[in-house]
Amino acid sequence: MNKIANKQVICEVLMEKAKNDKDVVVLCSDSRGSSSLTPYADAFPEQFVEVGIAEQSLVSIAAGLARCGKKPYAASPACFLSTRSMEQAKVDCAYSHTNVKLIGVSGGVSYGALGMTHHSATDIADMASIPGMRVYLPSDRFQTRKLMEALYADTDPAYVRVGRNAVEDIYSEDNCPFEMDRATVLGEGSDVAIIACGEMVKPAVEAMEKLKAEGVSAGVLDMYCVKPLDAAAVIKAAENAKAVVVVEEHTRLCGLGAMVAQVLGENCPRRMKSLGLPDAPAIAGKSQEVFDYYGLNADGIAAAAHELLK
Amino acid sequence: MNLKANSYRLRQDVLDIIYRAKTGHIGGDFSVTDILNVLYNQVMDITPENFGRNDRDHFILSKGHAVEALYAVLCQKGFFPREDLLTVSQYGSKYIGHPYNKVNGIEMNSGSLGHGLSVAVGMAIAGRMDKSSHRVYAVMGDGELAEGSVWEGAMAGGHYKLDNLCAVIDRNHLQISGTTEYVMNQKVQEERWAAFGWNVISVNGNDVDALQQAFADAAAFKGKPTVIVAHTTKGCGVSFMENQAGWHHRVPTAEEYEKGMAELKAKEAAANE
Repeated sequence: MNKIANKQVICEVLMEKAKNDKDVVVLCSDSRGSSSLTPYADAFPEQFVEVGIAEQSLVSIAAGLARCGKKPYAASPACFLSTRSMEQAKVDCAYSHTNVKLIGVSGGVSYGALGMTHHSATDIADMASIPGMRVYLPSDRFQTRKLMEALYADTDPAYVRVGRNAVEDIYSEDNCPFEMDRATVLGEGSDVAIIACGEMVKPAVEAMEKLKAEGVSAGVLDMYCVKPLDAAAVIKAAENAKAVVVVEEHTRLCGLGAMVAQVLGENCPRRMKSLGLPDAPAIAGKSQEVFDYYGLNADGIAAAAHELLK
Repeated sequence: MNLKANSYRLRQDVLDIIYRAKTGHIGGDFSVTDILNVLYNQVMDITPENFGRNDRDHFILSKGHAVEALYAVLCQKGFFPREDLLTVSQYGSKYIGHPYNKVNGIEMNSGSLGHGLSVAVGMAIAGRMDKSSHRVYAVMGDGELAEGSVWEGAMAGGHYKLDNLCAVIDRNHLQISGTTEYVMNQKVQEERWAAFGWNVISVNGNDVDALQQAFADAAAFKGKPTVIVAHTTKGCGVSFMENQAGWHHRVPTAEEYEKGMAELKAKEAAANE
């Protein structure tokens, strides 16, 4: 079982970059620990800015740094970063078009027992609705590394959400196909296409295996690029299949499921089911307990596929 | 340049812009005109030639609704041709009712209040990291100071002792619903900023000589960021607009336009004598 959380990989990549690029700057809002960025802060104090518990100025200060040629990464729990500082993300990053990378850590229900204040069940909706803001939810540590390398190389604002805990590997050191803003095809199926992002990719893959064992031809798309959504991949997968299941660690409203439904409706209507969190405060529990409660696991995904194929 | 006369010259442009566009925030434009005039023509190293560089000075109009005054100053500095002013707030124009960085000379978009100071903090930190001598200026309104995010920026500026940062408050005591003290008490700004670790300078913000001195003193002060509390008159320059909350964003009638323009021209001529 992998022990390295995706946020730790982000720290590793940023430390590698900061070593050779003095313009890399990390900002935290008393969140260096929760963001796993303490090693960075200790190693690069001159390229680290602590703003205190102040997510609005976290993002605005990052935008000011970017306007003066820096490459800022503003890291804070996704729940606060995506809502408290949403207007700063909208105006100072997206609208002003500054090279700010927003790193939302411990996203979704990572802080499962801490209540709705600490859940980021709306961050895809919040950030994706902003013109000019990209949204990425990488699935495992290998993909997180590839994504961070790609984001370092570009100059547009983006929001990245990762979870709190280590997640099981999907890919490997030698086998992590990655093309920026293109979904990764983890399997092709003629019955059902499963589309997932972030921590839901692993149960999607497990569901695919389960369905195959049950005689159902299933495929999986790792849609880490929630925005810009890889619509071509959605259409291709849907055209080959009879039904589509979307699964995300996010409210079913205005998230990946809604975006996929829009693409399907406009291009190749298919029976579909969107799995996610309810439009209500999520139940308390560890991530896996919350996932299981809402059917965000291999059994739940497979059951949704069977239901669609009836 | 005769800065005093130029302030009246710029106000004529503002009046023209707003009368033509039939929209704009004339009261706040007129209160902040002297501040922008002194900054762009005397204090800041920002020109069309160096605008693409990071090591020049930086400016943010955080009270973005005063964009007409900024348009007048930038146009005069040569950032864009005069005929562009004819398009302000027109269909498809990039010269919209708040600062928009598709316009040459504008670096950050604003319009939603309470953002500019923290952005300026980031610019000042960047300057310090690069050991650049550039200074950063942010102009806020006094009604804007009710935004909590202003005080996040104030805290950070004080904490990091950013003496390359200068905030200016256009303290005209009026906002859209009435006096600032009626809407949300802003007294006493000098004490509030001092408590946040800032060097505080109070000045008549419609006196170009006093402003020049204040900016010079701010640049010379080391160890703390400076806030210039610029006590201004909303609608300054056109007597019937002065100190009237109703002129926050009223558009003058033809008669008011003529009367206001005549007064501004007379004041410009007097300043030139």
